[in-house]
Amino acid sequence: MTGDVLNDFCIQAATVNGSGSQSSNLVITKALHHMGIPVAAKNVFPSNIEGQPTWYDIRVTPQGYQARKRTVDILIAMNPATWERDVANVRPGGAVIHEAALPRFGAADRDDVSWYPVPFARLAREKLEAKPDLRKYLQNMIYVGVLAELIGLDPAAVEQGVRDQFRTKPKAADLNLAAVQIGVDYTRENLVKTDPFRVAPMDGTRGTVLLDGNRAAALGSLMAGCTVLAWYPITPSSSLCEAFIDYAERYRVDAATGERRFAAIQAEDELAAIGIVLGAEWAGARAMTATSGPGISLMAELTGLGYYAEIPAVIFDIQRVGPSTGLPTRTMQGDLSFVHTLSHGDTRHPVLLPGTVLEVYEDAQRSFDVADRLQTPVFVLSDLDLGMNLWMTAPLPYTERAVDRGKVLDAEALEQVTEWARYRDVDGDGIPYRTLPGTANPRAAYFTRGSGHDEQALYTEDPDVYAANVDRLRRKIEGARTLLPAPLVEEAGNRVAICAYGSTHHAVVEARHQLADHGVETDYLRIRGLPLHPAVAEFIARHDRVYVAEQNRDGQMEALLRQELPGELADRLRSIRHFNGVPIDAEAISDPVLAGEQAQREPAEHQAVDAHRVPVA
Amino acid sequence: MAVAIEKLNRLGLNRDDYKGAHTTLCAGCGHNSITNHIVKALYDSAIEPHLIAKMSGIGCSSKAAAYFVEHAHGFNGAHGRMPSLATGAKLANRDLVVFGVSGDGDTASIGLGQYCHMIRRNLDMTYIIENNGVYGLTKGQSSATADLGSRPKRGPANRYEQIDISALAIELGASFVARSFSGDGKQLVPLIQAALAHRGTGVLDVISPCVTFNDHEGSTKSYAYVKDHDAPVNTPDYIAPLEEITVDYEPGTGQDVELHDGSHILLRKIGPDHDARDRMAAMRLLFEARQSGEIVTGLLYVNPEADDLCTREALTSRPLAQLPVEELRPSREQWDALMAGLA
Ligand SMILES: Cc1ncc(C[n+]2csc(CCOP(=O)(O)OP(=O)(O)O)c2C)c(N)n1
Ligand code: SF4
Ligand SMILES: [Mg+2]
Repeated sequence: MTGDVLNDFCIQAATVNGSGSQSSNLVITKALHHMGIPVAAKNVFPSNIEGQPTWYDIRVTPQGYQARKRTVDILIAMNPATWERDVANVRPGGAVIHEAALPRFGAADRDDVSWYPVPFARLAREKLEAKPDLRKYLQNMIYVGVLAELIGLDPAAVEQGVRDQFRTKPKAADLNLAAVQIGVDYTRENLVKTDPFRVAPMDGTRGTVLLDGNRAAALGSLMAGCTVLAWYPITPSSSLCEAFIDYAERYRVDAATGERRFAAIQAEDELAAIGIVLGAEWAGARAMTATSGPGISLMAELTGLGYYAEIPAVIFDIQRVGPSTGLPTRTMQGDLSFVHTLSHGDTRHPVLLPGTVLEVYEDAQRSFDVADRLQTPVFVLSDLDLGMNLWMTAPLPYTERAVDRGKVLDAEALEQVTEWARYRDVDGDGIPYRTLPGTANPRAAYFTRGSGHDEQALYTEDPDVYAANVDRLRRKIEGARTLLPAPLVEEAGNRVAICAYGSTHHAVVEARHQLADHGVETDYLRIRGLPLHPAVAEFIARHDRVYVAEQNRDGQMEALLRQELPGELADRLRSIRHFNGVPIDAEAISDPVLAGEQAQREPAEHQAVDAHRVPVA
Repeated sequence: MAVAIEKLNRLGLNRDDYKGAHTTLCAGCGHNSITNHIVKALYDSAIEPHLIAKMSGIGCSSKAAAYFVEHAHGFNGAHGRMPSLATGAKLANRDLVVFGVSGDGDTASIGLGQYCHMIRRNLDMTYIIENNGVYGLTKGQSSATADLGSRPKRGPANRYEQIDISALAIELGASFVARSFSGDGKQLVPLIQAALAHRGTGVLDVISPCVTFNDHEGSTKSYAYVKDHDAPVNTPDYIAPLEEITVDYEPGTGQDVELHDGSHILLRKIGPDHDARDRMAAMRLLFEARQSGEIVTGLLYVNPEADDLCTREALTSRPLAQLPVEELRPSREQWDALMAGLA
């Protein structure tokens, strides 16, 4: 044993999907959280229902880092198919808990790690009174016990974790606790700890909860008064819609009559999903859809209609790896430039870029206000990592805030105005006044169309009228620059800065610490929306070099910045791109920044800063 | 000067109140006749103009939504996507009388998927397909509803099977399917009224000749062909709720169908004995007509008991669009409990 490593390591559970390992991994995650130890969990899963390899990374750090880490300190190896590769990934000095039956030769024959063979299958068979199919699941719960005993998880925290996991099924909880105990007992009786990794209770999770971004988005939509959801299932956005339905069924059904204050339609495809949303918004309800890349592609057509006919809509894009079907269960920030100008002709859509679970919740609410205020479709860009993984977050605050329904004239308001034209810019902000179908005033009616129209919404092909109208649309969306949240700025007068958005944030936090340790102090700019807030250019103007870190191949945000910024500022940008489908880690940022700064000091030697990574899993 | 006294409907509105913008379609286009029949039906049924939501896709036919009821909101959406837009509008405000106008290209090709799913959900709306067997607006290309062997204006005869949108609707479980002809207002007006009264998707497949691109010899959607081959199975009379039924016919020659709102559609049978409540019979009728090259018209199938989308979704009776946000949020206690469960 080489010293003690306390509360600062990574556990990887390598299992077969469909084997119930998810429950075991969540129990470990929750137990750590209950012990007050900051935890970050990443599920790296296959696009498959049963039988394919899946990895679950649980990271504990005293600092509460939420980003993925590339190294594996403790491996729980349950999958014969990936066994050798998984073992090879363990860092020297690490530990391997494994099914005893797995053969230890080839790549799996290492003498620089601690081995903990456990006959999981035999233990399950001999010690668990359960049907064979159930035993398969419970077998994975045994490794919770082994790990708990080896690293010192508090038994009470583990029990609480199990009870949380099986909240509605107390009998299942008991069975799982028994399985955990089998692992604990086996470890006590048969294994000698030779690795340094240990946990001890600390005070690092007080006031936090564990929540995924998709649930936060569903709750934000619920709070915003969204009443119509239309969706077509697709990973990684389905769980957002399913969560919305869950919550709406809990809080929006009249107990006496069974009547529902929401409609959730599983549409025939994403064309229909966005169509239903636009139809509902046109008629005055708040409506949303959630999808991922392939669905976004299908929504291009009607998003343009929404933009041109000026109909609010909220679209959550939980990004996954493209192009095409891509890697359906891996993460990416690859849709940024596509959604921003989705559809043909000149279009531009406001895009919200939440970076944390709390921001997803806030932006979900905000998106409906922005959509109503600007009368246009609004995108909320999340990703698989932010959307589907569990994150430590402050509890989501209850909202009593009034909603902004924008410029809507009802029958009474129409009485007050002498003249009304659907697409007239009365206030100079490019935003016209709208009416809703069903308004009992003969002047309310107008004819919505995706074809050329004048202020009265009448068909026209007049060149001047067309140009004036789309120019007004441009001005209207310009207003989003200050309507969307300003960038988050952490500044201490440094010459070098990092710029990021969305879930890349968490790797930046850690990378900046790493860089500081290497003597490179950085400022930080986190962009929260598109079109860009004026503060973005101002920030860049105060820095010599700004490293733009993002999770796509082409540096989409960097390209967008270059397009908008004067050349003199654009020249200050450096692009850092991570695009292998697994969430970005801190080194993916700190390494290229260090290299770039090195090159700066030795200007003769030009160095590339792109951090193209090879997949690790 | 003598002023013609216009007859007013139950709402005190005259027929002109149901007119829209001036048509820009070709003179003689079947779609224009249908527009007139729509005006009459909405006026006769005394639908509140402001409650009407006129929906359409893209095409000459879809333009027609602008040519009736000027004081109703309208939505000329995107090609083939009207059903989804209509679905959203109805879910948002179930008080709306959703009235759709589509074309055969709009419905049977680009919009076939949405058409099927609208029917499957039994969205409460009236859905008229102005079926001319051709793409009018894009200048005469072939349509999926053109009959096999039918001759286009130029080029070889149609080599492909037609998609029969009425038969398809019945197959999909549609709750109201009628076929008619733009030139037969006597049949079409009461059918539209019945579709309006019906709670569910009222599919009206109306043959509507395109005088510019599909009215020639060899076409099976020309005025001449339709007049020659029109084989009505029934002529309907629409009787509004509470109105006295004065029509009477010989026993066995009529069928009385009561609709959801208490109105009645009385079907005077013509030709073969057809029971409009019998789905299989309706299918057989359409298949046989296709074999013989005839166009069966009339109310082909109706099922007034089928639940519509809003009923299936158990929607609250108040329009979702009008619910205040306070009624849509969980209480603070519920919220705190929810958050506590995540810790
Ligand atoms: C996505 C898309 N593709 C193609 C078109 C071009 N387009 C406009 S109308 C139309 C066909 C209309 O035919 P139909 O629905 O039968 O209407 P009609 O003009 O015959 O009444 C087409 C192909 C379009 N508007 N949108
Ligand atoms: S082209 Fe045909 S369908 Fe279009 S308006 Fe003219 S006649 Fe009617
Ligand atoms: Mg046509």
